[in-house]
Amino acid sequence: MSEWEGIYTIWFREAKRYVRYRSRILSSVVTPLLWLLIFGTGLGSAIKFGTGITGSYKAFIFPGIIGQTILFTSIFSGVSVIMDRQYGFLKEIMVAPVSRPSIVFGKALGIGTASIIQGVILLLLSFVVGVQMTPVIFIASFLLMIPISVGLAGVGLLIATFTDSMEGFNLIMSFIVLPMFLLSGALFPVTGLPSFLQAVVYLDPLTYGVDALRQVIIGQGALPLYDSTLVVVGFALFTIILAAILFSEREQNLM
Amino acid sequence: MDYIIETHDISKKYGDFTAVDSINLKVPRNSVYGVLGPNGAGKTTLISMLCTILHPTSGSATVNGYDVMKDSKEVRKSIGVVFQSRALDDILTGREHLEMHAALYGVPNNLRKQRIEEVLDLIALGEKADEFTRTYSGGMKRRLEIGRGLIHHPKVLFLDEPTLGLDPQTRESIWEYIQKLNQQEDITVLMSTHYMDEADKLCDEIAIINKGHIIKSDSPKNLKHELKADIITMKVDDQEKFLNEVKKLDFIKNIMVVDSNIKMMVEGGENLVATLVNFANKNNIMVKSIELDHPNLEDVFINYTGKRIVEGA
Repeated sequence: MSEWEGIYTIWFREAKRYVRYRSRILSSVVTPLLWLLIFGTGLGSAIKFGTGITGSYKAFIFPGIIGQTILFTSIFSGVSVIMDRQYGFLKEIMVAPVSRPSIVFGKALGIGTASIIQGVILLLLSFVVGVQMTPVIFIASFLLMIPISVGLAGVGLLIATFTDSMEGFNLIMSFIVLPMFLLSGALFPVTGLPSFLQAVVYLDPLTYGVDALRQVIIGQGALPLYDSTLVVVGFALFTIILAAILFSEREQNLM
Repeated sequence: MDYIIETHDISKKYGDFTAVDSINLKVPRNSVYGVLGPNGAGKTTLISMLCTILHPTSGSATVNGYDVMKDSKEVRKSIGVVFQSRALDDILTGREHLEMHAALYGVPNNLRKQRIEEVLDLIALGEKADEFTRTYSGGMKRRLEIGRGLIHHPKVLFLDEPTLGLDPQTRESIWEYIQKLNQQEDITVLMSTHYMDEADKLCDEIAIINKGHIIKSDSPKNLKHELKADIITMKVDDQEKFLNEVKKLDFIKNIMVVDSNIKMMVEGGENLVATLVNFANKNNIMVKSIELDHPNLEDVFINYTGKRIVEGA
């Protein structure tokens, strides 16, 4: 019982922090809009979109940009544990009679909440790219966003468990976040790629999240929805459990 | 005697460096116990082990009857901790910090409001309680942290350098809180400090710790009494010559040099000031200043940890 209370408390703090940093919310909505409107329109009018893909390029990347927003928010919020550590706040949580896994679950759910709020805002703005939003699409996308964001929050928390300071921030950006985004098929169809690229693309967990969202939102997935959903849920469980285990084990290094 | 904290040869090593070396500590229930030592003496490491966030390399400890390794969750429920470094979230209000803490420590829902009001009353945050903590002064932040540590009515409150970096006035007010707390509540306070006056004023008992060892532990009164001496502090022009000569005087029990001050322990110092000045003159040494002091904890500390030039006399 008290563990639930602990998870809830940590989730609540995380959510409160998110809502209070208004500038962050604003930029996290503006950035994807810039991608959609400028990049999407610009590239969309320059290229002829081939092989069985219908609709505009803007609409095609819309699910990809949702995935991107979730990716950036989740990983950077996960990494914020490093800041908690630097500001000493993590100690206050670590010395409380709450188990380590509960701390990780609470954090991941809090981060997930922030990412999902952003995803929902984008869903509501779907008319900008000419995508028809229905209640069914909305609910299905919402449900998909839960494992996607929790899984990526797990990645962020894992990184935080092994990083001492925010100086590694640029490395995380170049070696994890950007490759995950670019390889996910957010900006291009993953079918018909050169085989070396294809292989890497299918190693990127975000590929499955984007594909599932694309299937749901514009009906154009490269993989069966069932398969990609399974991968996304499995990935979420894997990262969260791994983060919980490593966070408990490396507890001493986190002080 | 009823001890609420006991350690048995507790040690912490980092590679070759031993931060805490086989410390045996016994803290009586409901006392204010001070761990006094210079920076880097191992105070924070010791406290971190007692509050379960660091594992000892060897040895063991019990807090409130629970083993810090085996029953760490029970220990955590029994203690409140105020860390040396700030542990506040600047985008939460003071009240939210207290609410969060109460929830994390499983304070029953129906008691929370009342406890929070009690604590807010004690730490006198006033209207600031509902503002973000980034607007707080250093003293208010400290008070909030101490108050937060009390919400769940812990049996032991750990304070790691509670007044570090605070101005004198704020320090005084924090001291008052700690004293009030110890009188009003059923609580033991274990605090670390490197301020002698703080330890002297607040603590019932003190352990002097240096380089990971406890050098001496007793009440401040007894520690001072043990020196059995007044201290005459002198500055002279030819320190070396003076030290060589003064050693020969048998009323001087101990000599220490701290910076350029020569500290001599004597009995009945009032009568000896003139003697020492005359003695210096006779040896053609110029006395720059001379001062007579009754011993304070600082002297005790120097006596046990400082550079000793002459043992006895």
